[in-house]
Amino acid sequence: MSVVTLTINDELVSAQEGQTLLSVLQERGIEVPTLCHLDGLSERGGCRLCMVEMEGTGRLQAACVTQVQEGMVVHTHSERLVKYRRMILELLFSERNHVCAVCVMNGHCELQWEAAQIGMDHVRYEYLNPDLPMDASHERFVIDHNRCILCTRCVRVCDEIEGAHVWDVMGRGVNSRVIADLNQPWGTSQSCTSCGKCVQVCPTGALFSKGATVAEMEKQHNFLRWILDGREKKIWSYENGK
Amino acid sequence: MNRSDLEALAQRELQRQQAFRCRILCCASTPCLSSGATAVYDAINAAIKEGELDAEVQAVSTGCMGPCSRGPMVTVQVKDEGEFIYEHVSPEVGRQLVTYHARSAASPAEELPEPLRTRLLPSDMPFFAKQKKVVLSNSGLIDPERLEDYVARGGYAALAHALREMTPEEVCREIINSGLRGRGGAGYPTGLKWDMVRKARGDKKYVIANGDEGDPGAYMDRTLMESDPHRVLEGMAIAGYAVGADQGYIYVRGEYPIAAKRLERAIRTAERRGLLGSRILDSNFNFRIDVRIGAGAFVCGEETALMASIMGRRGQPTPRPPYPAQSGLWGKPTLINNVETFGNIAPIIQNGAEWFASIGTAKSKGTKIFALAGKVATTGLIEVPMGITLREIVYDIGGGIPNDLAFKAAQTGGPSGGCIPAQYLDTPVDYESLKALGSIMGSGGLIIMDEHSCMVDVAKFFMEFCMDESCGKCVPCRVGTVQMHRLLERITDGSATLQDLETLKELCVMVKETSLCGLGQSAPNPVLSTIQYFLDEYEAHIRERRCPAGVCTLEKTPVTEWVHA
Amino acid sequence: MPKVRFATAWLGGCSGCHMSFLDLDEKLIDLADKIELVYSPIADAKEFPENVDVTLVEGAVANIDNLKLAKEIRARSRLVVSFGDCAVTGNVPSLRNKLGVDDVLTAVYHEGPGRHPTGGDEIMPRLLPKVLPLHQVIHVDAFLPGCPPDPDRIWAAVSALLAGEPLVLEPEMRTFG
Repeated sequence: MSVVTLTINDELVSAQEGQTLLSVLQERGIEVPTLCHLDGLSERGGCRLCMVEMEGTGRLQAACVTQVQEGMVVHTHSERLVKYRRMILELLFSERNHVCAVCVMNGHCELQWEAAQIGMDHVRYEYLNPDLPMDASHERFVIDHNRCILCTRCVRVCDEIEGAHVWDVMGRGVNSRVIADLNQPWGTSQSCTSCGKCVQVCPTGALFSKGATVAEMEKQHNFLRWILDGREKKIWSYENGK
Repeated sequence: MNRSDLEALAQRELQRQQAFRCRILCCASTPCLSSGATAVYDAINAAIKEGELDAEVQAVSTGCMGPCSRGPMVTVQVKDEGEFIYEHVSPEVGRQLVTYHARSAASPAEELPEPLRTRLLPSDMPFFAKQKKVVLSNSGLIDPERLEDYVARGGYAALAHALREMTPEEVCREIINSGLRGRGGAGYPTGLKWDMVRKARGDKKYVIANGDEGDPGAYMDRTLMESDPHRVLEGMAIAGYAVGADQGYIYVRGEYPIAAKRLERAIRTAERRGLLGSRILDSNFNFRIDVRIGAGAFVCGEETALMASIMGRRGQPTPRPPYPAQSGLWGKPTLINNVETFGNIAPIIQNGAEWFASIGTAKSKGTKIFALAGKVATTGLIEVPMGITLREIVYDIGGGIPNDLAFKAAQTGGPSGGCIPAQYLDTPVDYESLKALGSIMGSGGLIIMDEHSCMVDVAKFFMEFCMDESCGKCVPCRVGTVQMHRLLERITDGSATLQDLETLKELCVMVKETSLCGLGQSAPNPVLSTIQYFLDEYEAHIRERRCPAGVCTLEKTPVTEWVHA
Repeated sequence: MPKVRFATAWLGGCSGCHMSFLDLDEKLIDLADKIELVYSPIADAKEFPENVDVTLVEGAVANIDNLKLAKEIRARSRLVVSFGDCAVTGNVPSLRNKLGVDDVLTAVYHEGPGRHPTGGDEIMPRLLPKVLPLHQVIHVDAFLPGCPPDPDRIWAAVSALLAGEPLVLEPEMRTFG
């Protein structure tokens, strides 16, 4: 595989051809916020938080769906980008009922953390406060649409890793909703294997285990790497707890 | 069928048509059908039968004639006398048309008997005189359900010529030289796109015609598909030959059942005649076309969402690159053009790139179809040479603003476009000029507004449309459109502050720059352009709680004033 | 050095933020040297005074009284700080926003347990159609999130404000919830 050279924040960087820009940024410890991206799942390019400035094109590109190219000149933290990331988070907080104080994921939530990280300390837009249901029909898990940010990690992990494709999205725009099978109570889904992968990858408190109360839900993403290393590299065990 | 068979077919049909003394063309396009054209056509046929005029008079069910607000439209072609175009034809008037034109030579227009006289449109009417029909050259003159009608007017000759006389590379070169640009709105050079797909490596390639026309008030593509379906198919087949594809899809908006039906029928007829399918016109070129029906999502007009829909997936866009030319349907190189773009192909091949390039301006060649709507005397479908001024469209073709009101703005490009105020009425209509004014050429929606239109209300209308049609995949478009709509709602209901206007402007720019696809990237345009030209109206709503056009109710107050309420 | 005229106010919230403020414990003594507490639910002042330097506002704007007080605070304070999640986001009080005001009142006061209130409309201040965060009603100069903000956060914020520095908290100190 050939090597390409690009410039990130005025520094020359080499990367492998075919790599996404986001993976290069992460390798080099350049922190850009992400929500729909998750290592091990296909890229979606939907949350738009990892957008970067590309010199020459004048356009912003989502780093997760941009492949590195020879001679690329990238800026990751311009004033404009920082402002836009903040605005995108404000939009997300205004969209549904993200009341952190009474959330099972309080203190462990990626949305909450990204907001703090960026310094998004208040939302200037009108809170939309939609009237959304919870579905607790599954014997072990709950889906709370009030806290869903439509990142579709659950949809992708169920389709790509578990192979069950229980979840998908119905409706459009702000009325989009994650649904189980043909929009039926999760507990009645015939295709759900109750593996819980969707719960583990969900960045917010939209999917959680029954019995968890405020701030008690913590999630593990490592299993994705383990599964993929097994599938792709035939690595079946990890020493030193790696 | 080979080339000489095609010519023979054309000759036979021409002879058949010339045998009639009088041909009565009845529009059967959606606008006229909705104002009762079927009954008119039936009445005319009945009158022919009753008068035993079958040998002299032929009634033809055709496509669109243009002045849609004046329908049902009927054109009478009388041998050696010329054409008579009638508006608002009722079944009774239809009968009288038959009896009048069938026998006696027509009197001068002013001596026509009533009710024909008041319904006859003047032959030098600027609505017709200022237009230039290239894509719509058959529209209103042929029966879209008869292949023979199309062939008699030179149909499929371009395909035959391309297959026999030109290499795929030469076809691409011809399209590049013509200067044709995409008619879906963005204006990308069509020939370059074709050449990219031609050069792309792939064992399988596809051609897609985008007929998912979704802008409110726009119906250019519907009319073309309804009025001259073979024109589109021929353009697609030539494209297939040029890029090396053997499969085409024509993606028709679900709300266009007549267009879909006529296309299906046209495809079947063309296949039967060897003009589509295997070994077209006895060559080695195979090309199948299938119709795909959309399910009513505006975003499916975006090419990547459209392809997802064709593949049976949820109609949502995916980030580009990769562009369809590299990786489109099922990962194969795919050429996707608008229906109207394909409508230009046969004329270019037939008349040559030079001829086409002689129409229009330096950078925008050819003609453009517009759906002229709103506050003009004659609304309808028009095809004009690029470079015509807005003033000519509004005052000559459209007949001016009714009720002696003043022109306020022209909206082009629908929810992705912008408003052009009166001071720019003399701007030539081409891609660059409209863009420079903060609007776009767009797919062809053209809405004229008079002084009674509130520009904030107009912006709100388009934002509501985008909000409803956002697919929901990316955050800026999904939530940003809702928040922009809320802010516009506050401005029009009186509860906004000047801070809200700043928030709105900032949000517009962010959504434009960060959205995933064209829907979100262009959704703020109507707001930005109305703020650019009509900031005083926005400010009047907020500062003075007054709607200058008298449209908005402004019944609320900002939250800080509730204490006193 | 003259003492800073300091106020705290309590709008639509649970008073948890004030409890957390009291949890500053011995730091309150240091604070007392630097400030004069001119208005607070824990002090005996009926009217919000003029010429306040810093006001911490707990709670969301839920009714007409909250709105009136918020406007008074803004008019009479140099710096207004949204103190805690209710003021910053609307938080728990705003959970009622997805229901109509009438539905909420009916559910709580008529269909709920116990006797429902009788008498004139003036008994309870009129509810706003929606519970709003403070900054959507008045201009707010700084934000101190948390439910409640723990004493460390409060101390970091108050120290900065008293020193006349801009309020910039570390990411760990500015999470909601």
